[in-house]
Amino acid sequence: MAKVLMKGNEAIGAAAIQAGCRYFFGYPITPQSELPEYMARELPKVGGVFLQAESEIAAINMVYGAAGAGARVMTSSSSPGISLKQEGISYLAGAELPCLIVNIMRGGPGLGSIQPSQTDYFQATRGGGNGDYRLVVYAPANIQEMVDLIIEGFDVADQYRNPVMILGDGMIGQMMEPVEFKTPKKRELPEKDWATTGTGGKRKPNIINSLYIAPEDLEAHNIRLQAKYQKIREKEVKVESYKIEDADVVISAYGTTSRIAKTAIAKLEKEGYKVGLIRPITLWPYPYDEFKKINPNCKGILTVEMNAGQMVDDVKIAVEGKFPVHFYGRMGGMVPTPEAIIEKVKKICGGEI
Amino acid sequence: MTIVFERTRGLTDVETHYCPGCTHGIIHRLVGEAMVELGVLEKAIGVAPVGCSVFAYNYFNCDMHEAAHGRAPAVATGIKRVHPDKFVFTYQGDGDLASIGMAEIVHAAHRGERISTIFVNNAIYGMTGGQMAPTTLVGQKATTAPGGRSEEHCGRPIRISEMLATIHGAKFVERVAVNTPANIRKAKKAIIECFKVQLEGKGFGIVEVLSTCPTNWGMTAPEAMKWLEDNMIPYYPLGNLKRPEEAE
Repeated sequence: MAKVLMKGNEAIGAAAIQAGCRYFFGYPITPQSELPEYMARELPKVGGVFLQAESEIAAINMVYGAAGAGARVMTSSSSPGISLKQEGISYLAGAELPCLIVNIMRGGPGLGSIQPSQTDYFQATRGGGNGDYRLVVYAPANIQEMVDLIIEGFDVADQYRNPVMILGDGMIGQMMEPVEFKTPKKRELPEKDWATTGTGGKRKPNIINSLYIAPEDLEAHNIRLQAKYQKIREKEVKVESYKIEDADVVISAYGTTSRIAKTAIAKLEKEGYKVGLIRPITLWPYPYDEFKKINPNCKGILTVEMNAGQMVDDVKIAVEGKFPVHFYGRMGGMVPTPEAIIEKVKKICGGEI
Repeated sequence: MTIVFERTRGLTDVETHYCPGCTHGIIHRLVGEAMVELGVLEKAIGVAPVGCSVFAYNYFNCDMHEAAHGRAPAVATGIKRVHPDKFVFTYQGDGDLASIGMAEIVHAAHRGERISTIFVNNAIYGMTGGQMAPTTLVGQKATTAPGGRSEEHCGRPIRISEMLATIHGAKFVERVAVNTPANIRKAKKAIIECFKVQLEGKGFGIVEVLSTCPTNWGMTAPEAMKWLEDNMIPYYPLGNLKRPEEAE
């Protein structure tokens, strides 16, 4: 298929439909409303259903119903709306239902702003809803990668019976880039023999549930979940790295911020600096092992984010105290400049910080 | 030998966790019987609430979802949109439906969602131990209204059926009680009629069932039946509020 120029939010919808998603339940919020608008227009054409829910809470619970009933289903929102969905996300994780959740992040806390931000890293990777659960979280850096991850993400959700989150920001939602819709590597997907489709008088009732009232039963359920998460950690990590084996400084950044970091790195290289990059594509599972490949004489790691420093915690866990970990971030919808990153890198190289 | 009564296969063959004298058991049986008599058990997908009937997924002999508190109508919406040819119902209590889940039930009705709701109103939070519900009567004591519900402090109890009957998408609304054999028969008739409204694709249907909670009301089962008749029925009058032909 030829490349087409698409806006990020619309490309998400097109990718989801390509992946076989036929149900979308959502509620309007800036800066992602083009996505539900696209789905309202396009899903009926392929025999699907778009439904605008009365709230984000209702939307995620419709997803819970549709996913339990065996459908490929998705919802999307932006930061404050994703907060409202946390109850349902926890239930989806507890009942082990596959679905795709898109968060086009904006500045917070509270109503915050509508400008791009990465302030929901903790919420996405640490839970946000109650209980010990994990989402597979993808942080695409461009629209092509976002499209690829959405198509693969539906398969990953089905393979592990787990919700998958696409964590983007207002920039990637609103920008336009050429994209190509490719067929992903085929995965062996299990039959959805657990779905509620009516017994047809042929089998015992299927029950979609996250309640285990006896503590020993709930512990056994959690042990099962943790074993699944461990398998995901072993199989599903995605990361891009650049020249980390002989770098004097390694920048770690994800999503759109990583593109600014790449601009900074290109300029620094022209001046003779040796700067590497680790760009986590999965924020969970986090690519901790990649940091073990860093040049042992590296002077420090610089984490760049559009927040007050959230992924920097994972970077510190990853380097196990071997390197100093620095942070540079902008908040409230402000975007880091390559110049500011360059200045920070030079200070680390010069031993000033 | 003629069998005059047997356990409906609409219910699983297990003991329930309900308290002695609680009327959930009767209502479960009526729903089970209605599904069997209409021939929809095999294509039924039910949604259980949070509250006393949280374990309903173990009792109805069909595919079931356990929903978050109040969200059953949204969950049922998701199921029904995926399986428009299946029979989808929610079973909810008064805390679940009339308090935390008010938005979900109103909007499901408003959309004319082709689902059926059994709304069990016993005027109290049972599972959490007798706290005030939105349907608790004025003067009725609850653990969070130790002096009895005060109208000045928290308003009058909500009449859900009357409110939903004003919504266009709600095509069947009836309030019944299960305090006497005659009322139980009427309740079953209403449940069957309500289910038929969904099966005929006409829209949303709800049966509100006045129910007792002897444990949290602090009464014997017969006292609770009498209290329901003397106190609940006068405030929550029984009868049909809407049928599809009247909805147009």
